[in-house]
Amino acid sequence: MIVSKVVRGAVGVAVLLVVAEIAGRTGLMDTQIMPLASTVLAGAAGLAVDSEFLHDASATVEVWAEGLLVATLLAVPAGVLLGSLPKVEIGLRPLIEFLRPIPSIALIPLVTLIAAGDGAMKVTIVVYAACWPVLVNTMYGLHDVDPVARDTMRAFGFGRLAVLLRVALPSAAPFVLTGVRLAASVALVVAISAELLSGGAGGIGVYIIKAGSGYRIDLMLAATVWAGLIGLVVNALLVRAERGLFRWHAARAGVAQ
Amino acid sequence: MTNTAVRGVRWAGRARGLAVRLWTVPVVVAVWEVAARAVESVYFPPPSAILARLRELWFSGPPARLFLSDAAIADFVPSLGHLFGGWALACLGGIALGVAIGRSRTLAGYVDPLIEFGRAIPPPTLIPLFIVLFKADTRMQLATIVYGVIWPVLVNSVDGARYVDRLHIETARVFGLSRAERLVMVILPAAAPKIFAGLRLSLSLALILMVVAELVGSATSGIGYELIYTQQNFDLPGMWGTIAVLGVLGFLLNSSFLVVERRTLSWHRRAGRKG
Amino acid sequence: MLDVVNLTHTYGSGPDAHRALGGIDLKVSEGELVCVVGPSGCGKSTLLRSIAGLVRPTGGEVRVKGRPVSGTPDDLAVVFQDYSRSLFPWLSVRDNVALPLRRRGLDRAARRAAAAEALAAVSLESAAAKYPWQLSGGMQQRVAIARALAYRPSLLLMDEPFGSVDAQTREDLEDLVLAVRGHHRMTIVLITHDIDESVYVGDRVVVLTRAPAVVAADLRVDLPGPRDQIATRELPAFVHLRAEVSRLVRGRPEFGPEEFNTVPPHTTTSPLVKTPSHLTKE
Ligand SMILES: Nc1ncnc2c1ncn2[C@@H]1O[C@H](COP(=O)(O)OP(=O)(O)OP(=O)(O)O)[C@@H](O)[C@H]1O
Ligand SMILES: [Mg+2]
Repeated sequence: MIVSKVVRGAVGVAVLLVVAEIAGRTGLMDTQIMPLASTVLAGAAGLAVDSEFLHDASATVEVWAEGLLVATLLAVPAGVLLGSLPKVEIGLRPLIEFLRPIPSIALIPLVTLIAAGDGAMKVTIVVYAACWPVLVNTMYGLHDVDPVARDTMRAFGFGRLAVLLRVALPSAAPFVLTGVRLAASVALVVAISAELLSGGAGGIGVYIIKAGSGYRIDLMLAATVWAGLIGLVVNALLVRAERGLFRWHAARAGVAQ
Repeated sequence: MTNTAVRGVRWAGRARGLAVRLWTVPVVVAVWEVAARAVESVYFPPPSAILARLRELWFSGPPARLFLSDAAIADFVPSLGHLFGGWALACLGGIALGVAIGRSRTLAGYVDPLIEFGRAIPPPTLIPLFIVLFKADTRMQLATIVYGVIWPVLVNSVDGARYVDRLHIETARVFGLSRAERLVMVILPAAAPKIFAGLRLSLSLALILMVVAELVGSATSGIGYELIYTQQNFDLPGMWGTIAVLGVLGFLLNSSFLVVERRTLSWHRRAGRKG
Repeated sequence: MLDVVNLTHTYGSGPDAHRALGGIDLKVSEGELVCVVGPSGCGKSTLLRSIAGLVRPTGGEVRVKGRPVSGTPDDLAVVFQDYSRSLFPWLSVRDNVALPLRRRGLDRAARRAAAAEALAAVSLESAAAKYPWQLSGGMQQRVAIARALAYRPSLLLMDEPFGSVDAQTREDLEDLVLAVRGHHRMTIVLITHDIDESVYVGDRVVVLTRAPAVVAADLRVDLPGPRDQIATRELPAFVHLRAEVSRLVRGRPEFGPEEFNTVPPHTTTSPLVKTPSHLTKE
């Protein structure tokens, strides 16, 4: 069953690559515009040892990780605060509802003017985008605390803070991690978009622009492949972390979008 | 109590509820206004200046046109056209493909890794490629939006169609419903709650990608274009105003979609509440 | 009408394999109403699902009107044991009943009229505009019955169709099935836990053994018709037959078909009982 799944998946990928290759070789697809699949794959393999690209990729990962970290450090406490103080939450909800849909990319022109330096601008944008999933999921997790467990603690004479630390936070933790996972993929998208838009010292987006201006479409696609792989790996790691840390949780909850 | 009195009480209640929920908005705006006037920074204009600039920019038209100026029409029409056009294409494609994949384990086996990889690629990385492929602006914009927003629709449709209750399908088969009838009368309604969740997510993504495509593709009109234009002219009230318009737009899109979703899926919500 | 020949079915494979049907033979002629009884978990639903073409049996054959079943046979209706899951929550009760009627080439108005008539027959005319999840379990079960009856199939399969309704309603529904059968000459296979019921509505009662199920006995019910809830149940023949079936169903836990003809002597002496041929040879 599992073997056949893997086999089918491999066949699917292979068929796509072969079809693209044949389309290019028979002239169905203009290789000037859309390079051969083999060229792109070879390019991607070459990028793995290309020091310039590695430098760019690490710049992207750095912005991504920094932004995600700051966003988590900001949004988790804020979410805990809002989630445990319903009155404050009701008051701030309209602001959140208004701020959340603002595409963080739209802030780039503004933040470029305000922020000190290109790196700070990118991190700021990433933080803004990554905050929301973490915040919303943390709040959701705190609402979802089992009232029986909470009341039991209260009945045994534990104070508000003790209940928060011992019941609310542990049971909200899986939601927080889900928020971080969603934020991680948003953050990667935003980091690369910022690079595409404003250039800067380095980054996968910068590399793609450079490749584009040299009409090296094969390299553009090869870099895109790496961007996808990075996204896949990050997501897979965080999914694993979720499963490993919170096995008890999967049985219980549906996750907020 | 008379009918009007009841209605009056209900309205008063609603108004109070609204006041409880929205009191922070005027407070925040007022604080911002005072602080911005005190600081006098070019970068942080007071809300009044932003509103005045917005009015001048987009909302100085005749009342018959909802006060939209010519500039507003020139910006909003292409932007919203791309947004809705791309979203609609992605919805159609995503639902059709997703239901097909969800109903066939074999097909799912073949394409699962491709989907996983495809959705992991940050869509903006493809914009430079789309620019090379389709020089024309509109096609590039549509391609970016479609590629970016199809994944939530696709993945949710797969999920929804895959987990249709087996007994529902069997009932339809036993009573001789044709394949098409099964699809329309059974599979799509059963998958609808999931599909709608995907559609809503992708609508908010569409707004983001619309802006990205306009910014990266250096559009010559549209909301994103206005963003760059105001930046180049160091028109900070205009930039803040444009950003605010985007926020309002996102809020409106999401709320109106929720209204439609609630209507369409009322059976689902109410059935769930009972169970 | 319906021929089941040496039907076997095994769920799963390897160590987890569960043999549910161990070679079932059953013949139902047109217009007959056959009740199937047997211990819980013996494979009754599996048998019914094989007849409906929803389970592909691992051995043997099912023929409907002489043709082997592959996929679901035409002109068939089923009342599933899990009735609530077989109603569509996004359709009103009326639309649930009317949906299959598309197949009958009726226009919208005619479908609605037929649905209304069927709902009235199960006394649910007032619930037509409601949704299934707004109804109680017993009401949902009646909707499922109404849907099947409105369809007027030539073959109707019912899996414990009266399980969730009160005794009075149950009797009404039993009579409804008998009446509809009489009018429209349906062939019906009805699975039930209730031995009284099997004897009351059935032309024949087929008793299955524990899993792997085989036919333990196939009894003809020769009660004078038309049946009446009170008078029929008082008949000595009814009481006798009910006791027969009861004994057969209880059986001994390891009751197998081979020992069958030797154990309960009354089975073979009873004039009402026709022991199937494969049990009497040897
Ligand atoms: N999909 C399945 N996979 C594996 N085993 C199954 C499956 N469906 C049924 N079984 C097993 O087959 C046996 C017969 O099941 P079936 O539903 O036919 O019994 P039944 O006679 O209808 O029982 P009841 O009277 O309780 O409805 C049971 O032991 C059950 O556990
Ligand atoms: Mg059963």
